[in-house]
Amino acid sequence: MNACTRDEWMTIAAARLLPDRGVCFVGIGLPSAACNLARLTHAPGIVLIYESGAIGTRPDVLPLSIGDGELAETAACVVPLPEVFSYYLQAGRIDIGFLGAAQIDRHGNLNSTVIGPYDAPTTRLPGAGGAPEIAQHARQVFVMARASKRSFVERLDFRTSAGYLDGHGTRARSGAPGGGPRAVITDFGMLAPHPQSEELQLVALFAGASVEEARAAIGWPLAVADHLDTIAPPSAHELDTLRALNARTREAHARPVRIPL
Amino acid sequence: MLLPLAEAIERHVADGASVALEGFTHLIPFAAGHEIIRQRRRDLHLIRMTPDIIYDQLIGMGCARKLTFSWGGNPGVGSLHRLRDAVEHQWPQPLELDEHSHAGMAAAFCAGAARLPFGMLRGYAGTDLPAHNPNIRRVQCPFTGEMLAAVPALNPDVTILHAQRADRAGNVAIDGIVGAAREAALAAKTLIVTVEEIVDALPPAMNAIVLPHWVVSAVAACPGGAYPSYAHGHYVRDNAFYRQWDAIARERSSFLAWMEQHVLGTRDHRAFLAGLQQEAA
Repeated sequence: MNACTRDEWMTIAAARLLPDRGVCFVGIGLPSAACNLARLTHAPGIVLIYESGAIGTRPDVLPLSIGDGELAETAACVVPLPEVFSYYLQAGRIDIGFLGAAQIDRHGNLNSTVIGPYDAPTTRLPGAGGAPEIAQHARQVFVMARASKRSFVERLDFRTSAGYLDGHGTRARSGAPGGGPRAVITDFGMLAPHPQSEELQLVALFAGASVEEARAAIGWPLAVADHLDTIAPPSAHELDTLRALNARTREAHARPVRIPL
Repeated sequence: MLLPLAEAIERHVADGASVALEGFTHLIPFAAGHEIIRQRRRDLHLIRMTPDIIYDQLIGMGCARKLTFSWGGNPGVGSLHRLRDAVEHQWPQPLELDEHSHAGMAAAFCAGAARLPFGMLRGYAGTDLPAHNPNIRRVQCPFTGEMLAAVPALNPDVTILHAQRADRAGNVAIDGIVGAAREAALAAKTLIVTVEEIVDALPPAMNAIVLPHWVVSAVAACPGGAYPSYAHGHYVRDNAFYRQWDAIARERSSFLAWMEQHVLGTRDHRAFLAGLQQEAA
């Protein structure tokens, strides 16, 4: 096996979490790569839904935006956006929501809104998009984020999407219908909530990564689960499939477009 | 009904108006946005789920006082630098934000289309958005007692869409990804639609979205009017341009030079496209 990059590692580890025939609400970027890799490997029956309204889509290349034409052309159906959020997400018809974020805290709450105070931010981020309601309603949520002390923080600057709130069952008591973040896939492996405290703890490491490396990248004192798994390295098939997908995508996005004159 | 685009903007978009240019990634009405910039409209309340490059341009050119939105990035690329500059440094002027989630804004458009006073949803739970936006409140269900999120209806003074085609009576047909286009259209007091082509008869399409002529105020033929966004069946999204925009818009000077040359310096959308084609050759 060729040495793989951290992004490839993360994408493959995340793809493995997705069940065949699951119904998955897909965010753009790394989650989109992971969901399509799962579809092209072990989960051909997975139903991918993009917030633009494309349901059951099977793109040959990864979309740059959430609404590329490729998504509509390869979809089972295309529905209006209010329908996706009302009749599918809010109605409880999504198994898995896949989110990224600029900041995540120890209870899996996410910030994609601002760094600094809301009224005078040092960095204005894109904002909520579909995330708050995906986090609220999906039966389970997976989060993908590159680890650093700036992103895995003790205290969020802004809570855009709810994870386990303050932990210890506060989310369930608030009446949130969905199950919250079940896994956070990051550069060195995976975090998951402790069954009682709901604090994210280290549950699995990529082969070759260490607990020290994980602790150095996390902004709170990271606990380690009683049983620490090792995530098997990418297989040749997984890596080849992902690289072919990424190569097709790069080629498609670089292709000059005819200006419609 | 059938008007040149410049006349439609002149007649229907006033300084200070609330204006929604909708189309979710697909069918974004760039030509209409550029015409608003050419006519130097001011103090607009811009409404759009995903501001995209077209609102980055309107904000950077000083057309907007307020923005209602739910996700303000360059999809798959990164920041909208002009939106950020307005929020972080009040350049070229302060921008008031009315910030929502997609689900919240969709509910607000649906309520607007139905002429109800507010939209409701199971949403915003456990988020900080309601603490910063008085337009996100709670309402109790009179039947079950459940507490739900409520947002005021959105009823833009003007909604502008781009569509594939309209007939001569002004019926408008859209296919492909539609986002909240239909809801934004029916929520508006005035609806302007630019189209790729005007046809004698719309193709039979039982379930494609048709906006009937009596809800449409003006139709303007504008081939290529969604570029660099796209019109399904006509041309694809110029993803390379969306990447290039990151560098163009990063600095005020390069942004202003680009807008001066390509938008203010061109008479209409056809000249805008011709300029880009010449530059690419």
